Amino acid sequence: MSLDAKTVTRIARLARIGLQPEEVETLGKDMGSIIDWVEQLKEVDVTGVDPMIGTGLAKPRLREDRVTDGNCRDKVLSNAPEREGPFYTVPKVVE
Amino acid sequence: MSYRITGSTGEWEIVVGLEVHAQVVSEAKLFSGASAEYGGEPNTHVSLVDAGFPGMLPVLNRECVAQAVRTGLGLEAEINLFSRFDRKNYFYADLPTGYQISQFAHPIIGQGKVLVDLADGSTREIGVTRLHLEQDAGKSIHDQDPTRSFIDLNRAGVALMEIVSEPDIRSPEEAGAYLRKLRQILRYIGTCDGNMEEGSMRADVNVSVRKPGETEYRTRCEIKNVNSIRFVMMAIEVEAQRQIEVWEAGGTVDQETRLFDHVRGETRSLRSKEDAHDYRYFPDPDLLPLVIEQSWVDELKAALPELPEAKRTRLEQEYGVSRYESSVLCVEQAIADFYETVAHGADARLAANWMLGDFFAALNRTGRSIEDSPVSAEGLRELLGLISDSTINGKIAKEVLEDMVETGDSASAIVERKGLRQVTDTGAIESAIREILAANSDKVEEYKGGKDKLFGFFVGQTMKAMKGKGNPALVNETLKKLLSE
Amino acid sequence: MSGIHDFTLASARDALKARKISAVELTNAHIDAIERLDGQLNSFITRTPDQAREAAKASDEALAKDEGGSLCGIPLGIKDLFCTNGVRTTAASKILGNFVPPYESTVTANLLKDGAVFLGKLNLDEFAMGSANLNSAFGPAVNPWKRKDSDAKLVPGGSSGGSAAAVAAGLVLGATGTDTGGSIRQPAAFTGIAGIKPTYGRCSRFGTIAFASSLDQAGPMARNLQDCAILLESMAGFDPRDSTSVDTPVPNYEASLKRGVKGLRVGIPKEYHVDGMPAEIEALWQQGMNWLRDAGAEIVEVSLPHTKYGLPTYYIAALAEASSNLARYDGVRFGERVSAPSLDGLYEASRAAGFGDEVKRRILIGTHVLSSGYYDAYYLRAQKVRTLIQQDFLKAFENVDVLLTPTAPSGAFAQDEKPSDPVQMYLNDVFTVPASMAGVPALSVPAGLDARGVPLGLQLIGKFFDEETLIAAGHAIEQAAAFHHRPTIHAGVSA
Ligand SMILES: [Mg+2]
Ligand SMILES: [Zn+2]
Repeated sequence: MSLDAKTVTRIARLARIGLQPEEVETLGKDMGSIIDWVEQLKEVDVTGVDPMIGTGLAKPRLREDRVTDGNCRDKVLSNAPEREGPFYTVPKVVE
Repeated sequence: MSYRITGSTGEWEIVVGLEVHAQVVSEAKLFSGASAEYGGEPNTHVSLVDAGFPGMLPVLNRECVAQAVRTGLGLEAEINLFSRFDRKNYFYADLPTGYQISQFAHPIIGQGKVLVDLADGSTREIGVTRLHLEQDAGKSIHDQDPTRSFIDLNRAGVALMEIVSEPDIRSPEEAGAYLRKLRQILRYIGTCDGNMEEGSMRADVNVSVRKPGETEYRTRCEIKNVNSIRFVMMAIEVEAQRQIEVWEAGGTVDQETRLFDHVRGETRSLRSKEDAHDYRYFPDPDLLPLVIEQSWVDELKAALPELPEAKRTRLEQEYGVSRYESSVLCVEQAIADFYETVAHGADARLAANWMLGDFFAALNRTGRSIEDSPVSAEGLRELLGLISDSTINGKIAKEVLEDMVETGDSASAIVERKGLRQVTDTGAIESAIREILAANSDKVEEYKGGKDKLFGFFVGQTMKAMKGKGNPALVNETLKKLLSE
Repeated sequence: MSGIHDFTLASARDALKARKISAVELTNAHIDAIERLDGQLNSFITRTPDQAREAAKASDEALAKDEGGSLCGIPLGIKDLFCTNGVRTTAASKILGNFVPPYESTVTANLLKDGAVFLGKLNLDEFAMGSANLNSAFGPAVNPWKRKDSDAKLVPGGSSGGSAAAVAAGLVLGATGTDTGGSIRQPAAFTGIAGIKPTYGRCSRFGTIAFASSLDQAGPMARNLQDCAILLESMAGFDPRDSTSVDTPVPNYEASLKRGVKGLRVGIPKEYHVDGMPAEIEALWQQGMNWLRDAGAEIVEVSLPHTKYGLPTYYIAALAEASSNLARYDGVRFGERVSAPSLDGLYEASRAAGFGDEVKRRILIGTHVLSSGYYDAYYLRAQKVRTLIQQDFLKAFENVDVLLTPTAPSGAFAQDEKPSDPVQMYLNDVFTVPASMAGVPALSVPAGLDARGVPLGLQLIGKFFDEETLIAAGHAIEQAAAFHHRPTIHAGVSA
């Protein structure tokens, strides 16, 4: 079943992807068919099964509290599409 | 006495819960090796991990975990040996990855409590729901350009503890007392410097109101990021007022996020409703679940400093100070330490008196803190020793303290320099008194006629004549003797 | 006497060490081949001939002193998902614009440390999302193979399609790939080369652009398993900068080639006999069993009961992670930016213009399955099914040492045969996805040609960190299959 325009628009808004009106319909159809297809997981009995987190292979590991990084503003700003002095810039955010 | 607000329909009770964001004291950030130090040139305390560059991965900082555990121990809370990091997904200019790494479903610290002292001397227990670790965001600077905001990521990724209280708070005063006590605990343990001006402690305030006797909670509003204790107390008051007016006008309060404007003394809605948030929390696949050992928790516990409550009790027992004095002396560890140094080998009660009185006054006057006090604890102890062994009297001691603050000289040096040793020579005292009595024979008659109050007048005159140096006990004794002659 | 383009990575290495050829000669020959042939293949997004020549010169100097690492002077191609210091890295997406990383991924740093020469950055599906390399902002990479009877352009598979095409055509001696649900194995099968997806955690993910963090794994692609083994040994290893990296020693993979398969128990998962599988795929699979049996292995039927749920589970888990991983591409700190008066407008316009259709579709589905009201039904349930899939493998491996399956349900298809239904397209990964979900290692080796003369691969799936047994078994198939066919477009074939 196709996802309705309102749902597609809401999801696109959450994902901050601007959509053209004609995209909403095609996407609704495509997403609907994928969602229908994954519905088959409903038939699996998952009672008492723990959800997998990662693959459980690595051992938990913690970093020592030392400053080993940073002080690399040139790198940090090296790819900025727009900057002003030492800052990134964005359109004014009004709070 | 319960706190009540009177509206047009009668009395209202307020219900408040606080979410405190406390910046963790650490060298490096929660998941990167960049410095966590406050300040710095814009975008210098930033690694490419913090800036969310492609392929960059988080690695958890051990000390930040230890700090959360220490804090949990300080709040007498459950320490969860298993916890997990989740991603909270939302877009914002100062959130480089598009998600904040936080602990949503499985926080590292569970239920705990904070004991708060109220002005009337009573104590209340405020429940702590949980404490979790999460990343701070960067900073958007809005006032540098008319059309653009500037982004500084120095704070992005710094470790925060979010400490969530139960909705147990029932008055602005309790909210203030809770925050002060929480800050005191954090500072004692050294897990957060509690500096609200620098934003290392911020509170989100959840407020609702209800009629006394109601058992259900009504809809609450969250006031975001209030950055001083005073403002928290003000915000609660004005928000409660606002909600009461809405209810009393027959309306309903909408659950929403609001901002406190301290200049206008009001709260304002922050986000429009159609832009509802859906954070899509899920376990961060770049990180493993955090599993810690009970033995490590035990080690951290054993190494904890004495906490405020325990210190107060001990000071009261060991030094005989009052409940009130212990609360003042234990506000900060440094003050308590200072006090104990002074009290060690001196009259402990006298030491408490002096610290709470003339010593704090001297600090205030000079604008100094206990850490850079103009008078050392040893210096103050010496001064008090001079009182105890009757070298000087209390009044002269005040003068000596002032001189110590000004010159940095020791108490005994000042006493010598200024010749302030008190006079204990009974002959000298007696002749001074005889002169006073002779010059005031009319008052002597009145005294003998029953006007007892004049005794103080004779003491004052005698001390004045002796430039304050007379031994008060001897002056009293001699006066009594001569007046009854 | 064979020409310079007949070298495998291993034989080139030996020739370099013996000074029978210089690294500069070898590198120049490959740069020439790229210039000659890549116009037809589009396997490179960015070429770095100058850097390559310099690296080759340095290699020759090291070799002259009998120094240099295991890959000294070996020309490689790098999937353009690995960040390379100072060299544009695109993930085949417009949204990264002219992104130039000021850092090197751990995997490529390991290769450089061992002396490899990088010829450039290889094409892929945008953000590794695809199975045909048709989703690249830089145009599709083309399979160097052609059907016997047609000149139609075939897909090289995906997402590591550029890596597969470049290796198959002899433009590089080996390449890096990444595999999230089959992105090394399926293109390897489609182009008649070998590829290994190691155990999750074997190769560091640091500096590799993420698609789905809990699945992404780098691995080698080369003409045979010996070459893959040499590459993997260099790429793999513990990395403290990746919390999911596993701290376990890297064995000498090349040595495991000689192990043989005598007494090895090879499991045949019965659920992999899917409906509608072409007869020639079934036949090839049977052939693989025979080869291994003849080499001394024992063939055992096993069951992986949750196989059929692998793909839908994969799409939920992978897309959920992807929707979050790709949130950082917002036009603020790097990459393509479309200006707008508001911040949200900037995000929406930049992401609308920067992402291709498949990536958008996947981000939206991933966003949907995590959103409030759907999380439990989709994401959480999928993670539970994932546990069951992993348990299937662990159980099977109590009984057998490796599993043998086809790599893909078909050979390479033509660009214009791409199914219009996304679900049909996803079925390409039906055999490769379950091993990714479980985190176990797997590889693909070329095993034959289909009726139209297009290569087919067989997949071997192994136990956690037992890449050695996989390589040994794979090598047995290689020897039996004696796959020496060459694609139509190949550097060693005069045009
Ligand atoms: Mg909050
Ligand atoms: Zn928070």
